[in-house]
Amino acid sequence: MTELLEIAASWRQRGDRVAIATVVATWGSSPNPAGSQLIVNERGDFMGSVSGGCVEGAVVQAATEVIDLGQPRLLRFAVSSDQAWAFGLACGGTVQIYLEPLA
Amino acid sequence: MLQALLTVRQARRPAILVTYLDSGQQVLIAPDSEAPAPGMSEAIRRAAQQLLREDRNELLETELGPVFVHVFNPPLTLIIVGAVHIAQCLVPMAQLAGYRVVVVDPRRRFATAQRFAEVEVLVEWPQSAFDKLVLDHRTAVITLTHDPKLDDAALHFALHSPVFYIGSLGSRRTHAARLKRLIGAGLREGDVARIHAPVGLPLGGRSPAEIAVAILAEVIQVRYAERRSMSG
Repeated sequence: MTELLEIAASWRQRGDRVAIATVVATWGSSPNPAGSQLIVNERGDFMGSVSGGCVEGAVVQAATEVIDLGQPRLLRFAVSSDQAWAFGLACGGTVQIYLEPLA
Repeated sequence: MLQALLTVRQARRPAILVTYLDSGQQVLIAPDSEAPAPGMSEAIRRAAQQLLREDRNELLETELGPVFVHVFNPPLTLIIVGAVHIAQCLVPMAQLAGYRVVVVDPRRRFATAQRFAEVEVLVEWPQSAFDKLVLDHRTAVITLTHDPKLDDAALHFALHSPVFYIGSLGSRRTHAARLKRLIGAGLREGDVARIHAPVGLPLGGRSPAEIAVAILAEVIQVRYAERRSMSG
């Protein structure tokens, strides 16, 4: 299978503007371990994962901003059980995600 | 930075990407090269080397703020001896799970490009094939030929190496006969006990694809059990 970062490089090469999201820390029962990555372009196409599918939408949204501003951001999704339901996050864990534009 | 990282990955060498989250600055360390990492503190460098050994990523709290150490080890390797039907199923499954897969079989009828299109195939006897492969602690070896000439030869090599998993297809009776041969050839009981046989977790499946799932599941189980014991 083609590696995620190779796909990011190919997107960049064809002219997409790309951001990379990386899980840097987790607390509680978060499904994706530190180091998990997601890549996203300015149109919101994304590959990979930073959670079981629960915070991807928010990350993709934040990525368009990061791409526009050209500045990395540190995101934190602290999900209580109530919020977990709203996000569709079954785990109730907390995840910290570093979002950086690809130069 | 991405290109530099991909170049190291393509050469199947380890790399560590260190990101200073406050500044966004990134440093790529190639641990097996002599080039020093500019401006990196000794504490971070040491922590990074330790994480590389544990194959783990971690956020460090430092005086320069949070620092994320992202370890990129070369992929684990799965060597399959026997270009049989189970191997055809196991190859794509293991590749999806992130393994680099190599198929070894000297029988040309079995090891054809048509049967194995998307994988490295060595049409050689285990003796010569294993000379070209690195059997290290990030490698698993599985024998599927059912032919003692091939399986036993491969098992001798694997048992004299630090590979993290050795599995061999065959019923309990086949395996008992195999152990007898290996011990007769000078291996010790403690050594041959490393062989997982009957191979795979007991899922109850019978088809080649189902057996491939059971084998891959066992490789993953052993790999993580080993990591848990390593990190205490």
